Amino acid sequence: MGAMSTDPAAMRVVTALRAVLLLLLLALVPLAAWAADLDETLAALASGGFEEREQAVATLGASGDPRAVAILQALNDGTLLVTEDKHIVIGKDATYLDALTGNAVETSAEPERIRVNNRLRNEIEAALAQLNLFSPDPAQRLAAASAVLHAPDPAGAPVLEQALAAEKNAAVADALRLALAATSLQSGDVAAKLKAIHTLSGSSDPEIRRLLGEVADTADAPQIKAAAAEALRAIARRNFIIEIGANIFQGVSLGSVLLLAAIGLAITFGVMGVINMAHGEMIMLGAYATYVVQEAFRAWLPASWFDLYLIAAVPVGFLTAALVGAAIERGIIRFLYGRPLETLLATWGISLMLQQAVRSIFGAPNKEVSNPAWMTGGFDLAGGFTVTWNRVVIIGFSLAVFGLLTLVLRRTSLGLHIRAVTQNRRMAAVVGIPTGRVDMLTFALGSGIAGIAGVALSQISNVSPNLGTIYIIDSFMVVVFGGVGNLAGTLAGAMGLGIANKLLEPFAGAVLGKILVLVGIILFIQFRPRGLFALKGRAVES
Amino acid sequence: MRQWLKTAGLAIAGLGLVSALPTAAAEDTIKIGVLHSLSGTMAISETTLKDTVLMLVDDLNKKGGLLGKKVEAVVVDPASDWPLFAEKARELIARDHVAVVFGCWTSVSRKTALPVFEELNGLLFYPVQYEGEESSRNVFYTGAAPNQQAIPAVEYLMSKEGGDVKRWVLAGTDYVYPQTTNKILEAFLKSKGVASEDIMINYTPFGQSDWQTIVADIKKFASAGKKTAVVSTINGDANVPFYKELANQGVKAKDTPVVAFSVGEEELAGIDTKNLVGHLAAWNYFESVKSPENAAFIKQWHAYIKDNKRVTNDPMEATYIGFHMWTQAVLQAGTTDVDAVRQAMIGQKFKAPSGFEAVMNSNHHLSKPVMIGEIQQDGQFDIVWQTKAPIKADAWSKFIPESAKLTADWTFPWVCGNCTEPKYGSYEH
Repeated sequence: MGAMSTDPAAMRVVTALRAVLLLLLLALVPLAAWAADLDETLAALASGGFEEREQAVATLGASGDPRAVAILQALNDGTLLVTEDKHIVIGKDATYLDALTGNAVETSAEPERIRVNNRLRNEIEAALAQLNLFSPDPAQRLAAASAVLHAPDPAGAPVLEQALAAEKNAAVADALRLALAATSLQSGDVAAKLKAIHTLSGSSDPEIRRLLGEVADTADAPQIKAAAAEALRAIARRNFIIEIGANIFQGVSLGSVLLLAAIGLAITFGVMGVINMAHGEMIMLGAYATYVVQEAFRAWLPASWFDLYLIAAVPVGFLTAALVGAAIERGIIRFLYGRPLETLLATWGISLMLQQAVRSIFGAPNKEVSNPAWMTGGFDLAGGFTVTWNRVVIIGFSLAVFGLLTLVLRRTSLGLHIRAVTQNRRMAAVVGIPTGRVDMLTFALGSGIAGIAGVALSQISNVSPNLGTIYIIDSFMVVVFGGVGNLAGTLAGAMGLGIANKLLEPFAGAVLGKILVLVGIILFIQFRPRGLFALKGRAVES
Repeated sequence: MRQWLKTAGLAIAGLGLVSALPTAAAEDTIKIGVLHSLSGTMAISETTLKDTVLMLVDDLNKKGGLLGKKVEAVVVDPASDWPLFAEKARELIARDHVAVVFGCWTSVSRKTALPVFEELNGLLFYPVQYEGEESSRNVFYTGAAPNQQAIPAVEYLMSKEGGDVKRWVLAGTDYVYPQTTNKILEAFLKSKGVASEDIMINYTPFGQSDWQTIVADIKKFASAGKKTAVVSTINGDANVPFYKELANQGVKAKDTPVVAFSVGEEELAGIDTKNLVGHLAAWNYFESVKSPENAAFIKQWHAYIKDNKRVTNDPMEATYIGFHMWTQAVLQAGTTDVDAVRQAMIGQKFKAPSGFEAVMNSNHHLSKPVMIGEIQQDGQFDIVWQTKAPIKADAWSKFIPESAKLTADWTFPWVCGNCTEPKYGSYEH
């Protein structure tokens, strides 16, 4: 740059340039120092105990550095790793990227995961919330604002106000207002606290209930204590209706599970009169079919298709159970028609054999059947009442299966034959209906429906050889309660039992609740031996 | 009739297994009984323990047997049917003359088989964590007692690192183990100044599959202004729907952690753990322990079971410790005679896969380390806390007044499992 020049004018230019350079350098020093800081913070994250890690997370959160978001997220997800030479990397699909520069890093040994515990997870969430308050994505801002409620920190109030001033999205602004109120609950004067309690009492968020509860317990000023208690009572009043609604939803959801489990039995026991103790095992076969389909999807199809495995499992579960059912009917049950006791014992024997066969093939431990993404989680309806997706799907699915089965029985020629044979076997044979074949198909249909139930139940229950034994008693209860031989009765029975169970449970507890329902059914059967909807006519008398 | 059918069904299914066992009872073999359910509800957990014993027997024979004799396992199937445990135990001791029995999982099965072992002077190694309040002369307990699992877990959660928990849900299945454990925990919590209204106790029937109301209740209980944790003694099959409901209703480990005493690696293998990261379990061993002993144990297991995906767990490790201690005691006594082995058992030491040295105490319980593990995405546990040294098991809990007075000590001068003063008795039968 002409430093070799001896020209005095040139010398002046050089001096000026030097000064500029020096200034630039000076401006850079804090940045460099900050980079060194970040390095140190990261080192503390990797080598320190949980205490040091907590400190480091707080530092990262306060840094405002965009890279910190990725680092904290990785730490939370368990993908922040440390190599043998203490290099900190983010693992991504078997490659390792430097946490600071984002360059790929080669390692000889597999890097070790930096461990977190629940306390640290809360810190990470708070730190991420600080960083994400100004994120361009409204969903992230909303999550950040809600996260503040977990651990409201008065020191964060100015930042929240800043964020609130800049906020255009109404939902996010509301969340920020609540978060601000929550922070002033921690500090601030009595008037500010009272105002905060007033703001908070409008929300039914369980997190806020927790905060108010804390204030009601620990505040020193009596008027604040009273205000918090009053706010809690207001929330409880609002939530009372919601709770009853939640109980009824849970009852319908339990009812739909009972309906699914019992509906196949409503055919084999209700329509055909076979006391089928192996019904539960048909459900289990459906669940195992789901497991096999899932493994096939994992092995041979791209990962993006995986969420569809459950849909593919429905026909597979149906066919598996239907084929086994047909074989049982042709091989054993058809020789025992009209001898209910022998049928009971024979089918019970079959159920034990099926259980042991599955145990021999798949092993005794539970099999993992994962929920597809569209059946995971739920949404908060109100006041901490979470509607979970798998329950919603199962309610819809059970009603759809019920509707389809009703259509088959009422509108198809198979349905006509089934009804004819069960109502008057001899007359049906006389008019040329192949009664043996219809028996087989009916039993296969009932078993297949149980298989479908197994597909659905694999999503909420465990897939083990004992799956069927959990549902067999409930299934018989539903069918007998609803009225043998009547599909509508099965629907009413399942829903009635489900809702009764769930309304009793909060008061009586799960154990006593179940006993009360059983006693209720016994009494009911004493007075109406044929169940809710008794069939009338000759079929009943025979 | 029911019994007959069950037995008949099992007999058909179990034919393969029975025919695989050598029936010739040569004089130069030492027989070992295996009393674990291979069918019925408990088969899910107990089958693995049967395999563990068979693996150890196999290994022992490869190394030349014991006292110059071949070791032979006699496997029976009590079929998760409690009275059958007593019957099969009698069969093993009286007919097959086994030197020792490894078996039982549920407390009720141990309690039904116990009188048989005491009557015929048999020897039972019981490998599962249990409620304590027992010490039999004929049983060695290699699982955890409450002070080796439940109490340390609760203490961890009370600590700052564990989240400073102030409010407790004690949720369990309705039978003896959860009820006794919760009784001990309740007394412990109250001794630490926790108020009654901050403890919620909830029992559910075996195999509970609908957890909606209970999880909603837990959420409600947890939103009362104090950090809340759930202590779960929920057993067996009920756990999968419980954890699924927790995940779906959005109960997060960082807000309301669940610490379980009956959920290990084997149980997690049946659950998708993506949404359960951070929930806890307390055991004396985790598969993720880094120690040369554990690496050898896992390698041996994978080689024996011919499946690298099969996990190891705490009751397996307890079986492993018990078996090795028994062989050590037999070698030391020079005989498999029950009275001699029992005496030799006390004080046996064994470097366990947990990385610590387990010691058999005179109350027939072990000294073992306590570990708290956190569920990870891959179905394994991260150890977030562990004791610095092994903890000695209390057969009788300090926190139940009537038990606190009792002493279990099978050496002179006590020679008793539940006495308030020494008996000065001898070991004779």
